[in-house]
Amino acid sequence: MEKISTFNGVAAPLKRGNVDTDQIIPAVYLKRITKTGFEDGLFANWRQQDPDFVLNQEIYKNSKILIAGPDFGTGSSREHAVWALRDFGFQAVFSSKFADIFRGNSGKQGLITGVITEDETERIWAVLEANPGIEAYVDLPNQTLRVGEITARFEIDEYTKWRLMEGLDDIGITLQNEAAIAAYEAKRESWKPRTLPAKGV
Amino acid sequence: MTSKPLTLAEKLWNDHLVVKGANGAPDLLYIDLHLIHEVTSPQAFDGLRLAGRDIRRKDLTIATEDHNTPTLDIHLPIAEPTSRAQVQALRDNTAEFGVRIHSLGDKNQGIVHVVGPQLGLTMPGLTIVCGDSHTSTHGAFGSLAMGIGTSEVEHVLATQTLPLQPFKTMAINVEGTLRPGVSAKDIILAVIAKISTGGGQGYVLEYRGSAIRALSMEGRMTICNMSIEAGARAGLVAPDQITFDYLKGRPHAPEGADWDAAVEYWKTLKTDDDAVFDAEVFIDADTLDPFVTWGTNPGQGVSLLDSVPNPAEIADPNERAAAERALEYMDLAPGTKMKDIAVNTVFLGSCTNARIEDLRAAAEIVKGRKKADNIRMMVVPGSQKVRLQAEEEGLDRVFKDFGAEWRFAGCSMCLGMNPDQLAPGERAASTSNRNFEGRQGKGARTHLVSPVVAAATAVRGTLSSPSDLEA
Repeated sequence: MEKISTFNGVAAPLKRGNVDTDQIIPAVYLKRITKTGFEDGLFANWRQQDPDFVLNQEIYKNSKILIAGPDFGTGSSREHAVWALRDFGFQAVFSSKFADIFRGNSGKQGLITGVITEDETERIWAVLEANPGIEAYVDLPNQTLRVGEITARFEIDEYTKWRLMEGLDDIGITLQNEAAIAAYEAKRESWKPRTLPAKGV
Repeated sequence: MTSKPLTLAEKLWNDHLVVKGANGAPDLLYIDLHLIHEVTSPQAFDGLRLAGRDIRRKDLTIATEDHNTPTLDIHLPIAEPTSRAQVQALRDNTAEFGVRIHSLGDKNQGIVHVVGPQLGLTMPGLTIVCGDSHTSTHGAFGSLAMGIGTSEVEHVLATQTLPLQPFKTMAINVEGTLRPGVSAKDIILAVIAKISTGGGQGYVLEYRGSAIRALSMEGRMTICNMSIEAGARAGLVAPDQITFDYLKGRPHAPEGADWDAAVEYWKTLKTDDDAVFDAEVFIDADTLDPFVTWGTNPGQGVSLLDSVPNPAEIADPNERAAAERALEYMDLAPGTKMKDIAVNTVFLGSCTNARIEDLRAAAEIVKGRKKADNIRMMVVPGSQKVRLQAEEEGLDRVFKDFGAEWRFAGCSMCLGMNPDQLAPGERAASTSNRNFEGRQGKGARTHLVSPVVAAATAVRGTLSSPSDLEA
């Protein structure tokens, strides 16, 4: 994963609460064999049924930041929900409350989930509606989100923040123990099985 | 100084510890063997590609095709497009990354949990993972074997390690001697009925006692296989001479000095006398009957001599509601004798019960008999090797003469991912592991049974034990 520090991008208002992962990506999109290319599944039902849905509007086609209502990412644990947001181009989602599993999955995939207050959410929505397509500025080290005149401090746990800033996924963290893994391998017993070269074929 | 007495599971954990987690962080464990199949691996390979990573230990990794594969006409392309795409993705990924694969048509192809042991790759003292919950099967050899998710598959491919939170230990003590017609499957169904489908959550189960020690490796695998149906992280049996004899001479079993060193270590793989388990369960093997399920989870089981329970008599409101829902789905009335339940289909197969011993036991029952009218019996060997061995022993002839279908290896009717499915409303006696709603096909009804009960049921057309058959 890439290291994240500060970035700016178009912020899109998703003025809905309780957005569950079935809404973020419907089950029909789960049969894929790739880990990318899920952008067409993102909010698929809403995008297909509502021409005025925020992400159907031209100015939001390149959004990087999503400002959502409370209880974002509830329901099914599907990792695909994060993949879909990421593949669409989102780098951060802000809400006053996230579902635990979704938030955990996001941290593993390099998607910032920042908690701001409901009041801040409402005020940022107002700014976005007054200035459609305005860019927001995210500062991960200082945990701030700036939209127009509003600067909101967001919450994110220290461990996830550290991993995102260092660009470390779980695999990256494990690989920091490369020396310990190599040392373990060096003393592994010779009787232990190897699949190669293949025998019994 | 004497060290703290340890359980077998704790010894295996300690012997694979790469980094001890501090401040609540998980321990990092080394993984000795990684088994792969087509369903849970495509995104893991894609993740490697995206991150520009390679597989750390191709020589500890092996793949086969099982969940999506047909069991008839295996020379033809797979008809269903998503199944075909998943299998093709596995072939492409293993070719690109240099992973050994046993594809459909290869004599070593089969259900991943049958392939590992028959090649001698599964042995005592290992950590074994696979993106499949029934990886617990391999615990029968005294290894720590766990099912993992797709992200973890990618993690193991890239690092050959896995961060894991510690577990609790539970002893499942099964003492006594099984009566004729009662087998390993009945033990594990009785265990799950006793501790429920959530009873093992957070635990590694160790199956112990004289009845377990008397079991063959096939029987031990059947029991460990279904540990996950009790919610457990893994299931284990301490290795002994039966384990060593099973392994000796298999393609990947150690040889010469390596064999001697291995056996010396394997003999230390048992729970210390003074070790304390976090929980203990006792099952009396002497009085155990053949066990069958009546409901829609593997914990909803009774003796075959018993009747469908009455939900009104279940005290716990959640369990009562679950039983009511289950009976409605299963279309069963409370009080119905289990032996009066007629089935349409008998399925002998799956990673639970499709090894050579299972086929032999069932063949013994059906030999010289004819299946009941209106019964369809499918026999699906767990691997091509099992199929070939069975044919060498003439078992295919026995099943065909009986009126059963003799199929190629795969997961088959255990799950609705391939062409082998029940029609809505059909009822099966199945040697598989899950009787969930829709598991064997939309609207299908499943009774989990042992191989010999499956065979006897195919003879009579109703759930039956071998003792119900006329001599």
